[in-house]
Amino acid sequence: MNTLKKLLGFVWMLLAPAIICFLVYEANAKIAAATAATKSNVILQWAIILIIFTPICIGLFLFGKYAATNEYAHLPTSSKEIGD
Amino acid sequence: MITGKTIAMNSEKKQSNIAFVIGASSVGTLIEWYDFYIFGMLATILSKQFFPEEAGTAALLSTLAIFAAGFIVRPFGALVFGRLGDLIGRKHTFLLTLVIMGGSTFAIGLVPGFKTIGWAAPIIVLILRLLQGLALGGEYGGAATYVAEHAPAGQRGFWTSWIQTTATLGLFLALGVIILIRSGQGVEKFSAEWGGWRYPFWISIILVGVSVLIRMRMSESPMFTKLKSEGKTSANPLKESFGNKANFKMVLLSLFGAVMGQGVVWYTGQFYAQSFIETVCKIDFVQSRNIMLVAILMATPCFVLFGWLSDKLGRKWIMLLGMLLAICTYRPIYKEFLDITAAKNRTQIVDKGLTAAGPKVPLLDAKDKHKMYVKQVIDTAYTDGSVFKYTITDTLIGFNELQLDSAIDLINPTLIKYHATKPNVLVEKTMGKSATWNLIWLVFIQIVYVTMVYGPVAAFLVEMFPTKIRYTSMSLPYHIGNGVFGGLVPFLGTLIVEFTKSPEKPAGDALAGLWYPIGVAFVCLIIGVVYLSNKIDENVMD
Repeated sequence: MNTLKKLLGFVWMLLAPAIICFLVYEANAKIAAATAATKSNVILQWAIILIIFTPICIGLFLFGKYAATNEYAHLPTSSKEIGD
Repeated sequence: MITGKTIAMNSEKKQSNIAFVIGASSVGTLIEWYDFYIFGMLATILSKQFFPEEAGTAALLSTLAIFAAGFIVRPFGALVFGRLGDLIGRKHTFLLTLVIMGGSTFAIGLVPGFKTIGWAAPIIVLILRLLQGLALGGEYGGAATYVAEHAPAGQRGFWTSWIQTTATLGLFLALGVIILIRSGQGVEKFSAEWGGWRYPFWISIILVGVSVLIRMRMSESPMFTKLKSEGKTSANPLKESFGNKANFKMVLLSLFGAVMGQGVVWYTGQFYAQSFIETVCKIDFVQSRNIMLVAILMATPCFVLFGWLSDKLGRKWIMLLGMLLAICTYRPIYKEFLDITAAKNRTQIVDKGLTAAGPKVPLLDAKDKHKMYVKQVIDTAYTDGSVFKYTITDTLIGFNELQLDSAIDLINPTLIKYHATKPNVLVEKTMGKSATWNLIWLVFIQIVYVTMVYGPVAAFLVEMFPTKIRYTSMSLPYHIGNGVFGGLVPFLGTLIVEFTKSPEKPAGDALAGLWYPIGVAFVCLIIGVVYLSNKIDENVMD
């Protein structure tokens, strides 16, 4: 199980930038395809999506990094393990 | 000497104390959810009141953006009030969030419309909406922590599940109050500038007042009191929650392995479903809300059932099973929504005078006298008791000013400069009994998934983090998962459907919007299965 946790860690690390790239690509395509009347709305929509999902993807990357370094091999069973 | 009678009395006292804790916490949290949801339920009316009349769809989108802003700001509320809760205590913090929520909701009901104060109206409403989001961000974590810290070991899932019912019951209350006032007043009076739509906002102040009085009688959480007396409370909860790698790791795990999937399942089952049956299936306003009300009422006891079951079986597998079922069945369920409400699948009544085309009514445009709308309502009745009302509006533009006094059929065609090639057709469906029940069952199934993922989640989060930084640590992932991942379901779902529209397929793929919740729930399911533990933490005192 720990090997699987570790391997999947790399998947999450790759998935995070892939999601950002996909969103940026889609944002460019949709903004370019928007008409003059809808352009400002489309830009706003995609700006919101990118602003929200970028930090979340950074979080997913960190999660993947911790998983890849086997930090989740053992989950704490007491608060003392979380410690200061 | 301790006798059996004393032990029994103590146990009875403890039980009634926890019942009071649950009752007092739940009433406040329920009111906060009610306050939060009435804004979304009244979005169409708010867009007309707080934005220029001619803005149309743009006004509705802006109102929905203000509604969404309330979701997006929730994680910030979690940070601000979570920190406060770990510093000064649970009781005072969630008393504060309740007052902020009640005050801002009441104030929204007092803001004059765009006609009276112009752009100040939407700006004030936005500020008040942000305050609502901040307050809610602080409320839930406090209430869940407070109840969990009072609950006896081995029953944490059961007792916290009562708090979990409040989000759904808040939605129920909001729907119920709005339908009641709207039915009592009629559509016109309800939608006027100072009409009935303001009452649900004003009612909030009474509810909050009662809840504050109840909460004032509550005592501080025993675990927090103990920590405080020992001087062991956190000096900097934010730093200890997110600066401490061991804890931050658990924050990430709870978000990606549980709460993000739970958030999308919650919002698909209760918001996307309602929006879908109203805007895609075209079910009439009141009936679509009644379907939600009945389904919610029927499914709500399952929160407690799954909370209780999570004490016996563990939290992990119940939550993940809910996600798995949602992933596998969302598309068939929504496909069934479309089939049940489609005209092609029913037999039309043709000979009983029930299927009738009304007269063509000409209406002059209020501003442009060259423009005229010709409206016709056609009621089509079906053997199963369903009635589909088609409102067909044709637009005519004349070379000269058009007159209402001549029958539309007699207007000389040479006077018409433009005649819409494709009239605008609005459909409003009132479903027969059997179809209505089929829709209710389909919504019910989705809400049962909600209860599976949401019932045990409070206990799950409480057990993940230490007492001194619990409020902060559990609030952030909860509100990112629900406020951001979940709150964006209606918006992103609608956006994805828009992407599938093309000249060949103008309506697009109505089911495409489900790929967002299905995708998020799938990633969450994999992470949950691989990384989460099913072990229940017996000791949350540490």
